[in-house]
Amino acid sequence: MPNPLNPRGKKERIDALAATSADTSGGGVAVATVDDAGHVEESTGVSLVASAWQRLRRNPVFLIGLTITTLFVLLAIFAPLIAPHDPADPILLPEVRPQTNPIPPAREGFPLGADNAGRDILSRLIVGSRQTLVVGVMATLFGLLGGLTLGTLAGAFGGWVDSVVMRVVDVMLSIPSLLLAFSIAAIAARASQWTVIIAIAVVQVPIFARLLRGSMLAQRASDHVLAARALGVKESAIVFRHMLPNSLGPVIVQSTLVVATSIIDAAALSFLGLGNPDDRQPEWGQMLGKAQPYIYDHPALAVWPALCIIVVALGFTLMGESLREALDPKSRR
Amino acid sequence: MIRFIVRRLLQMVGVVVILSLLVFAWLKALPGGTVSALLGERATPERRAALEKALGLDQPIYVQYWEFVKRAVRGEFGASTGVQPGTDAFDVFLTRFPATIELAVCALVLAIVLGIPLGYLAARRRASLFDNTSIVFSLIGIAVPVFFLAFLLKYWFAVKLQWLPVSGRQDPGIDATRVTGFFVLDGLLTREFDASWDALKHLILPSLALATIPFAVIFRITRASVLEVLDEDYVRTAESKGLTNRIIRGRHVLRNALLPVVTTIGLQTGGLLVGAVLTERVFSWGGLGDALAIAFQRRDYAVLQVCILMAAVTYVVINLLVDIAYAVIDPRVRTR
Repeated sequence: MPNPLNPRGKKERIDALAATSADTSGGGVAVATVDDAGHVEESTGVSLVASAWQRLRRNPVFLIGLTITTLFVLLAIFAPLIAPHDPADPILLPEVRPQTNPIPPAREGFPLGADNAGRDILSRLIVGSRQTLVVGVMATLFGLLGGLTLGTLAGAFGGWVDSVVMRVVDVMLSIPSLLLAFSIAAIAARASQWTVIIAIAVVQVPIFARLLRGSMLAQRASDHVLAARALGVKESAIVFRHMLPNSLGPVIVQSTLVVATSIIDAAALSFLGLGNPDDRQPEWGQMLGKAQPYIYDHPALAVWPALCIIVVALGFTLMGESLREALDPKSRR
Repeated sequence: MIRFIVRRLLQMVGVVVILSLLVFAWLKALPGGTVSALLGERATPERRAALEKALGLDQPIYVQYWEFVKRAVRGEFGASTGVQPGTDAFDVFLTRFPATIELAVCALVLAIVLGIPLGYLAARRRASLFDNTSIVFSLIGIAVPVFFLAFLLKYWFAVKLQWLPVSGRQDPGIDATRVTGFFVLDGLLTREFDASWDALKHLILPSLALATIPFAVIFRITRASVLEVLDEDYVRTAESKGLTNRIIRGRHVLRNALLPVVTTIGLQTGGLLVGAVLTERVFSWGGLGDALAIAFQRRDYAVLQVCILMAAVTYVVINLLVDIAYAVIDPRVRTR
């Protein structure tokens, strides 16, 4: 029997994920159609979304994840108000001596000290949450957009369009993920925040595309699409109003997880020197990557941004994993 | 069965062809074009013209692609410019290959040896303290950037406590005989056991760092798969027949539960390579990952070409082998 955790290959694994969540997908988008298919839910009087929410509300893992991500987003929004100093201002630069004192130590007003350019680390961490959020969310969004386009094409038309799109997707999946991101980042003549975002996003496109195609194909064969077709609903309306909204469940879960990997991947790009060279606007991955030369004598320079990345990535992962579990009909026991 | 293998082989050929197209297009898209990419920005005009002619860049694009494929098949990718300047890029690949394989195999073995038993135990004691803590740890393992973990291990165990060597594959003071390029194996073959032991000590930290992600994945798949199988009717049947727990666990549960785990292990090869790029860099391992990292930094496109192409091909071939192995184990797969 198909099982999301029974992967026969990267692509089969993604397909299986799409299949299991196909019946639950859609969330609140088209509750009526979900009800049509699920008389069992009606008899218990609880819709799938409502029951998922009920389980999530009591799930400590989900609540921890939600708390972390909410705090992170709030921090990003109010960062300039919270940060004690300007993150780009080299206040302690006069004290920096490359040989004797490359990193000004902590003191009053600068609880974590300053970096090699004399900028307050605490302020850079606080304000860095903004760019980190931008990188995570934008990379996910672009990957999602690309994947949605390809996946909808393949899933809506089927036939040869499906074959062509899926072959391309398979080849993209055959290159180890970060290696693909490194190669794309290397094309850019001048690295910037956007080349980082695009490099990370491209890697996500095939995953989203396969995921969406899988659940759209399942929708295609479902009764409510057949009913719509019998009623004479236009093909475009069937795709965009009936199939697509009902296929989004697994894609949304995946997006939550991708935000976490994007933030980690951005750090890896920076570590290899493929990140954004302009550090006036701080970003955690970049801070971690750029701490390298000082890492043995001043590990704190790397540890703080790394801790921030780990906590935030963990928050998104916990949220995504518990969402997936809650939406999986098999775990409704 | 043969039809299944032939079909998968044909699919693989298709993937490799598109892959070569992608790498070719990638070379064309590099800043400054192929010539600057291979020679560097400061090359003299004569050398540029000579290379352009040698690479056939004055030819139409499909001829260029065909030449590229022919050279790739013969292993001619040009000389390395940044990693080991002057050395043939394919030789760079060949000499560094064993180092990465040694590290990757060690990490994978570590991940399997820890991941499967722990995953099994966690599933048997579902929702226990042990289960919950191991899940949390496996999630943290995924959330920690690999290179940061590598750095932490190195900082703590090599720099601070000085229990283990800081970097490299072997102490340069040891005069070891090279046979296969796998240092641990070499020592065993030539009976230079101290060399083996030293190489093994160098392996511990990098493979621990590299093993975290495959470990987390294998652990979670094993746990989920065992949970799934424990719920199956045939396990209940076996229990009601009165079979001993040992037989049920060994023959019914573990054997069936391991099927998806086998595939996952195949899938980890790609992740191991990416992890190796980051881990090897931290430990100056001198393998392919190290070469890739340096090649990206110094824009050594000859080495990048070889490594990316070979990495993708290796990944595709390993997954083909896993698929075939799977078809042998599970006949249902062949009909798909």
